[in-house]
Amino acid sequence: MKNLHLPIGEEDLRSLRAYDSVSFSGTLYVGRDQVHQRLVKLLEEGKPLPVELEGQAIYYMGPSPPLPGMIMGSCGPTTSARMDPFTPQLLGKGLKVLIGKGPRSQAVHDALKKEKAVYVQAFGGCGALYAKTIVSVEKVAFEDLGPEALLRLEVKDFPVIVAIDSHGGSVF
Amino acid sequence: MSLAKRIEKALIDAARILSEPIHKRIEWARDEEKRLDGKSVGSKASIAVLEAILENLRISKNEWIPMCQDTGMFDVFVDVGRSYPLSHAEIEEAILTGCEKAAKNGYFRPSVVEEPLFGRKNTKTNTPPIIWWSLVEGKNVEINVLLKGFGSENTCATRMMNPTATEEQIVAAVADIVTLAGGKPCPPIFIGIGLGGTMERAAYLSKRALLREVGVPNSVERYAKLEEKILAGVQATGIGAGGLGGRITALNVAIEYEPTHIAGLPMGVSINCWADRIARVVWEG
Ligand code: SF4
Repeated sequence: MKNLHLPIGEEDLRSLRAYDSVSFSGTLYVGRDQVHQRLVKLLEEGKPLPVELEGQAIYYMGPSPPLPGMIMGSCGPTTSARMDPFTPQLLGKGLKVLIGKGPRSQAVHDALKKEKAVYVQAFGGCGALYAKTIVSVEKVAFEDLGPEALLRLEVKDFPVIVAIDSHGGSVF
Repeated sequence: MSLAKRIEKALIDAARILSEPIHKRIEWARDEEKRLDGKSVGSKASIAVLEAILENLRISKNEWIPMCQDTGMFDVFVDVGRSYPLSHAEIEEAILTGCEKAAKNGYFRPSVVEEPLFGRKNTKTNTPPIIWWSLVEGKNVEINVLLKGFGSENTCATRMMNPTATEEQIVAAVADIVTLAGGKPCPPIFIGIGLGGTMERAAYLSKRALLREVGVPNSVERYAKLEEKILAGVQATGIGAGGLGGRITALNVAIEYEPTHIAGLPMGVSINCWADRIARVVWEG
């Protein structure tokens, strides 16, 4: 298991290969369907994004409510395929690490290779396990979306498996 | 304890603890994956997934965090004994209350929308539940609730097979549905199959099949054998835990069948993720 920091450095990113087990610590964004749609709409309208995506990681996730005394509820990955229509444009803006579960479209495979980015799988359904990795949570944009707002998380020892690497290698 | 309270408690527990046969089956999958391969990159990744699932289950039980953030839709199966003495409306009331309270007090994710197409407004309560009523012999009421996650529900299917379909064609059709599903339903999966009836009855039976205790085969030998053949057919897809390639794709296959029409063979295939959460309450009449 490799321990890597987020946002990821160029060298670390290029070292990742399909099937590698990795443990991430650092910061990542959380956004799913609505956030993707809005980010892409802003890009299409030529407007600035609420956050800088260059070099960042995004996690597709929609948590259950936190228990008293906790900052995050169960928080495993959601199905990545739903973000496929929006992903190539975000990769074009410098997003480097995608975190979700399940297969991706050919367009995403191609864009990952072109933009030298990676797609990693979190363990499907393991929401309690991921809840324990969350160090802090902050709402950063689209607060009107409520539980679907764009979040920034700080995580520690967040385990994933590389599914599509930046060299075109893939588990699919 | 009132029926509503018992339902609430069973649901809250089900979101955190799998039944023992199901938990054991996941341990079996990890051991079997090691025994059959354990060396290829896909198999190693599968083992990592299975270890993560077991660790996740340990945390959800000890820290009372729902095992998965998708706490599912309440899919309720009520079997009412024909001699049950009290009103059915009371049972319904208890189910509605039990589900609503479980969602709130169990920190379930609000995962239900009011209508499917326009607006999709969240009901915020994780209700209404889906309720299926059946009459059975006896004087008790048995309530089984599937906490049905939709990563796996989205991969379920019905197929209207030819009345002359062979066992092999049934096996191939199920393997095909599982292959299409790939890693989406969080494999390893549980498979419920309904054969016969009409299109919607076969789908219903496939869910009933998921409710049968894992490891108990169909009581009719021919169907028990078919369950084994389908399981072998599904393992041969090589999807594996997490869809990363491995020997164990499914944990169990259960079939329920019923009479059907001379001109057809409806088949429903329900797929449930490893988080096979079932709350069961028996209420004595
Ligand atoms: S498919 Fe099951 S285990 Fe996976 S995220 Fe959905 S409910 Fe959870």
